[in-house]
Amino acid sequence: MVVSFIIKKQTYFDSVTLMLIGSQVKKLPGIDNTVVGMCTDYNIDSLKRLSMYQSAFDGLTPNDLIICIRASDKKTADDAIAEVEKRLATRQKSSGSAELPPSSQEDAAVRLPEANMVLISVPGEYAAAESEKALNAGRHVMLFSDNVSIEEELRIKTLGVSKELLVMGPDCGTAIINGTPLAFANAVRAGNIGLVAASGTGLQEVTSTIHRLGCGITQAIGVGGRDLSEKIGGKMTLMATRALAEDPATKVIVLLSKPPAESVLKTLYAELKGISKKIVIYFIGADPKAIEAEGFVAAHNLEDAAIKACDLSTGKQYKPELSEAQIAEAATGCKMTGRFLRGLYSGGTLCDEAQRILQPIVGELSSNTPIKGCKKMSDLYSSSGHCIIDLGDDDFTRGKAHPMIDPTYRTERIVKEVGDPDAGLILFDVVLGYGSHLDMAGEMIEAIQLGRKNSGRQPLLAACICGTHEDPQNYEQQKTKLEEAGIKVFPTNVAMVKFAQLCLEGNK
Amino acid sequence: MLKDFFGKKVKVINLGIASFADDLRKQGVETIHTDWRPPAGGNKKIQALLNKVANWQSQVKSAKGAR
Repeated sequence: MVVSFIIKKQTYFDSVTLMLIGSQVKKLPGIDNTVVGMCTDYNIDSLKRLSMYQSAFDGLTPNDLIICIRASDKKTADDAIAEVEKRLATRQKSSGSAELPPSSQEDAAVRLPEANMVLISVPGEYAAAESEKALNAGRHVMLFSDNVSIEEELRIKTLGVSKELLVMGPDCGTAIINGTPLAFANAVRAGNIGLVAASGTGLQEVTSTIHRLGCGITQAIGVGGRDLSEKIGGKMTLMATRALAEDPATKVIVLLSKPPAESVLKTLYAELKGISKKIVIYFIGADPKAIEAEGFVAAHNLEDAAIKACDLSTGKQYKPELSEAQIAEAATGCKMTGRFLRGLYSGGTLCDEAQRILQPIVGELSSNTPIKGCKKMSDLYSSSGHCIIDLGDDDFTRGKAHPMIDPTYRTERIVKEVGDPDAGLILFDVVLGYGSHLDMAGEMIEAIQLGRKNSGRQPLLAACICGTHEDPQNYEQQKTKLEEAGIKVFPTNVAMVKFAQLCLEGNK
Repeated sequence: MLKDFFGKKVKVINLGIASFADDLRKQGVETIHTDWRPPAGGNKKIQALLNKVANWQSQVKSAKGAR
C-alpha cells in the first residue's frame, strides 16, 4: 500500500461536500482509504489514527485542504487524487454564478440586503458568532451546526428573544418557514396546522403524514433538542408557540419534544393554557394521560400526532393510512428465518419510537441510543440479539456525512445484517425530502441484493418512507422499487413497527 | 414581531453546506451562498477579538438607532 497526498492552501469546502467525495472515491478499485478534509484537529487525528499522517501536514490551518489517499499502488492513488480534484471543480462550478461568491455574512448581506433568514451549517465552534451577527442584523437564524455549547445556545437564544427573532437550533435539521423547506425538510402543502418541534425526523414524519392525509401546515419550526431543558428554559418553544397563537392562518398547534424539564413544563403549560387554539402534544415517552389531564390533546406516537392535528384542523375524522387489518394482512405468512429483529435507522426519533413500541414485546432489546428499558449495545459494529440502531447518531457520523445524505455505512451494515443467520427481520427508514439522498431506496436495494447473493439468505425486510409525493425523490418510484425487491413498504414508522410486532409474535 | 414575519417570502443567506443553497435555489427561493471559511485563518485568539469588535460595533449601531 502507498499513501499519496496533496495540500491545497487557502482552499475551503464544506465538510459535507468533502466527506461525500471522499466516500465516493473510496469505492474506486484499489483504494484502501481516503481522508478528504480541511486541516482541522479532527481530520489530523483521523490521519494519525489511520497511519496516513505526513510531516508535510505540520503547521497547516483549518483553511487548508488535504486530499490523502492510501491505495494499492502510486498510480491508483494519484488517479484518485485527480478524481477528487475533478469532483471538487465540478462542485465549485455548479454552485456559482459568474460572479465570485461573497466571502462573509456581511458581504452576502450587501448583495442581498432584504435577506431575512441566515442558514448556518459552519463548524460548531464558529456557529454562535455567526448567529449573533445574523441576529444583530435583524435576521432569523436556522442553526444546523452541532457542537454548540449550551452556554452559547442560551446566549444566542436570549438575544433572539430580545429581538423577537427565531433561533432554530443548534443541531436543527428541519424547518419549513412560510412554505420554504430549510435543510432537511419535505415538500408539504400549505394549511392551518402550525408545528413547533425539538425533534428533527419527528417533525419530518408528522409534517409528511399531515400532507399525505390531505391537510397542510402554516409553519414547522424546529427549536433544537435542548430547547426545553432546564438551562434553556424553552425560550424558542415559548416564543414560537406565542407567535402561532397570534397567527390568524394557524388553527391547530402541534408540539413535539422529549419530555421537558419539570420547571420548564410548568411555564409551558401555563403559557399554553392561555391560548384559545387547539393544541396537540406529543412528548415522546411521556404519559399521555398526564397531558390530557392538563386539558390538551395528547398524541400516542408521531402518526397519531398527525392524525389528531388533521382531525382538529378540519373537523373530520382521519384514520391511519394503513388499517390494523391491512397491516395484519401484510404480516400473514411472513416467516422469520432468524430469531432476531434488526432496525437500521437514519432518523433518531424514528429509532426511538421503534424501541418504545417493540421493547415491551421482545423484552431484551439493544441500541446505541437505548431508551429506558433497553440495553446499550456492547459492540456498535456487530449486532447481537434484537437491535435497533440509530445510524445518524454521533457514534456513526464522526467524520462522515449523515446517513440520509451518504448511505455508505448503512449499506455496508445491511449487507452484514442480511448475511447474519440470527437476523430474521430487518427494518429501515427511507427519508425523502430536500437535503436527502436522491435514491436511497436504490442504494439500499443494491446492498440487500448483494447481501442475499453473498449469503444465500432471505430475511424479511420492511421499510417505511418518510416523505410526500411532492418531494424531489419521487415517492411512488421509491415505493415501487422497494416492493419489487421483495421489501414490505409502510407509509409510517408506526405502521412498519406494528407489522414487526405481528411478525415477532407469530414467530414466538 | 415574529407573527408579522409569517407569510413573507423567505430570502436566505447560506453559510456552510453548499447543497442547502442549491436546494433552495431549485425551489425558486432567493438565496446567496457565502464562500465561508474560518475567520482569521483559523486563529482562535484573533477570532475572539474580531467577534468582540463586531459585537461592540453592533451595540454602538443599536444605541445610535435608539436615540
